[in-house]
Amino acid sequence: MSPTAAARQIDPPANGLPSHAGIYHYDQVDRDFLKQRVEQFRRQVARRLAGELTEDEFKPLRLMNGLYLQLHAYMLRVAVPYGVLTSRQVRQFGRIARQYDKGFGHFTTRQNLQFNWIKLVDVPAILDLLAEVDLHAIQTSGNCIRNVTSDQFAGVASDEVVDPRHYAEVLRQWSTLHPEFSFLPRKFKIAITGSSADRAAICIHDVGLIAKRDADGNVGFEVYVGGGLGRTPFIAKKLRDWLPEDQLIAYLEAVLRVYNAYGRRDNIYKARIKILVHELGIDAFRNEVEAEFARMPVAEYRLEPTIIDGIRARFASQPYEALEPISGVLARARLEDQAFNRWVRTNVAAHRQPGYAIATITLKPAGGIPGDVSADQMDAIADLADHYSFGEIRVTHEQNLVLAHVRQDDLPALWKALSAIGFGEANSGLITDIIACPGLDYCALANARSIPLAQRISERFADLDRQHHIGELKIKISGCINACGHHHVGHIGILGVDKKGVEAYQLTLGGSAAEVGAIGDIMGPALSADETVDAIESVVGVYLEQRQDGERFLDTLARIGHTPFKDKVYASH
Amino acid sequence: MARVTDAPKVVTANRLQDGAVVWLTAAGDWSTRIADAQVQADAAGAEAALGIARASAARQEVVEPYAVDVAVEAAGPRPLKTREWIRAAGPSIDAIPTAA
Amino acid sequence: MPLIDSGKLVDDAWVRLGDDDALPAADVPVIVSLARFHKDRASLAGRNGGLGVWLASNQHPKDIADHLADFALVALDFPKFRDGRGFTIARELREHLGYRGVIRATGHTLPDQYLFLVRCGVTQVEIPEGRDPALWAHALTEIDTAYQVSVAGPLSMARLARHKTTEHAA
Repeated sequence: MSPTAAARQIDPPANGLPSHAGIYHYDQVDRDFLKQRVEQFRRQVARRLAGELTEDEFKPLRLMNGLYLQLHAYMLRVAVPYGVLTSRQVRQFGRIARQYDKGFGHFTTRQNLQFNWIKLVDVPAILDLLAEVDLHAIQTSGNCIRNVTSDQFAGVASDEVVDPRHYAEVLRQWSTLHPEFSFLPRKFKIAITGSSADRAAICIHDVGLIAKRDADGNVGFEVYVGGGLGRTPFIAKKLRDWLPEDQLIAYLEAVLRVYNAYGRRDNIYKARIKILVHELGIDAFRNEVEAEFARMPVAEYRLEPTIIDGIRARFASQPYEALEPISGVLARARLEDQAFNRWVRTNVAAHRQPGYAIATITLKPAGGIPGDVSADQMDAIADLADHYSFGEIRVTHEQNLVLAHVRQDDLPALWKALSAIGFGEANSGLITDIIACPGLDYCALANARSIPLAQRISERFADLDRQHHIGELKIKISGCINACGHHHVGHIGILGVDKKGVEAYQLTLGGSAAEVGAIGDIMGPALSADETVDAIESVVGVYLEQRQDGERFLDTLARIGHTPFKDKVYASH
Repeated sequence: MARVTDAPKVVTANRLQDGAVVWLTAAGDWSTRIADAQVQADAAGAEAALGIARASAARQEVVEPYAVDVAVEAAGPRPLKTREWIRAAGPSIDAIPTAA
Repeated sequence: MPLIDSGKLVDDAWVRLGDDDALPAADVPVIVSLARFHKDRASLAGRNGGLGVWLASNQHPKDIADHLADFALVALDFPKFRDGRGFTIARELREHLGYRGVIRATGHTLPDQYLFLVRCGVTQVEIPEGRDPALWAHALTEIDTAYQVSVAGPLSMARLARHKTTEHAA
């Protein structure tokens, strides 16, 4: 049997995974490993409860398995490798949410799912349920290589050069319980994309990879290093213009070795690789990496093309129908229903397969909690995925979901079904498509609440006509300087700060996580929550007044500068 | 405004087994309701209460106990800082998504 | 301190010598700091007992690269278990410098790190008094899949290599 033929039936039927979802399908080695990892954590929990591990010792061990102690309970962060899920996996989330949480889960900016109300004693049983569907919480936290993130449109985007999922899966396996890099100075995040449009925000990752092809069609990577947000935000710098595919593992090992040996361990705020790169300078850092790389037994680390082939073969392909490139059903529905037409404009993207489309499900209903999905909604979305998208669901770093293989003919029906569960909002990329971290309502690190502010902003701008009139405008809210809400790269960024025990919010303008990344500039003194909502209104007002034909918010800001916005916002102060 | 360190205090922690927020009572055990917390008027009292709490942590009952500044009101102690009253009262938002 | 080798408690014949301590009998193997090694090289070299060197977590293997043949043992310090520099140092000793003697982890490590240590080339671990050595023995059996190259196992892409197909489609 050829590898290609095998790709169609890689799963033991008893497993019951939808065979056409674009995930890496586990083999027995992966399943055996996962069982052992769950048992290992079960014993670690038992040792903690028995007092054989102190909290100080247990904490890094539980974090390395995605378990935090938050304000009100433990929080379990489940890995969604490069953001792709099967409907069966999503239903299992629903089951866990009902049985062990308060009936909902929260999708994060790192394409993960968090359960906010978890008991320590239940975690081993939850991990068993996750392992049943080939999921886990491995390395979703801790000072190790975190789960790799990627483009939510991987494999279907019309502008894609290389499908990044196969390499993301290589990196997932390589980084899993890496013996040398599990106690790094600080966390280490890798993002990979394979398109000209960067939907994976690689410029703000410890390592960002752009997969591309040379003139002969060979795959290689453009390598970026030292990006990150947090207290000291940096846009990543280019480390290599071309890294041949077969050297990917060797080169990343070299980067990690330099970081593990020389990254600062004296100050938690200076321990990320971005600080090492900044302090050494990119050229000196590159020299260190290349020196390490040059003396490695590169053959031992060679990522042979046949390994990629083998992994690629475990990604099922989708049995697309041969369709007309333009759907008459879709065209008519857009003409007949303005609301649907609006949703198509914002939430539907071009698919490389004729007659298909990519549908984004924004988890941002007016007044809702960004990224929150109830167990019932999870079940409903899983059903829709089975019906319309080969049983596959994707998570975006903007806290939305994607059905990546929808027949254009089916879009009207899909939209109606999404609207019925509260997720039919036509606001992808608009002002209410807000990214927000959990903030002080849940998080032990936060200085201020994020979610209520996001809710108030989305209520204020709920009018869809107005949102569409404003156009693309990305608001990102973080409840503290750790920047889980990516505020630095929001077109409008909002940072929660603690002003003598009272919550306040600092606004930034002009950030971007697109191809040309940019850190936003602070507008001025921090504001109260009420003032913040008004300030956003003022910023939008100035933009609408000043914008010229076809300008997006960032274009106008770049043309007229920050002053008119600042003047307006602080006029009454 | 009174200096924060002069404020009355209650001692809190998270329960090891489930992470629940708990408050140290006059009986030296833990309650999930801040109304049951024993208020310490002075630094010596707070330190003694922390001693009891740390011993409890050493028995694997709770994690990371610490003292919280409160105002004593008719309904019971109310933490002064936003973070602490959210810890005491639960998330300030409707934790269940409203739609569907 | 109790010493674990290959998952078992073993006797420790080695003496950790302070920088100002007098040398013991010539057949007692000693572990000295790098500073002491440089200071007393002549007298240390003439002894019958083995010679070991102790590296702090901020000392680099290249500092001893020229003298590796002198050392039957290299001890790596883990000042706290979260300081993972020793993993890279051990792997470097094995992989780059071809060191074949004993590598011993000293300081604070957890049984949960033991398998990682072994896979990076560490052969012995000092464990705290009063800890159950069975935890270290068990740690070696907990996970038997590794996806990475290991200096302790066959030098290949390990489990990642299982994906190799017989034919390359491209």
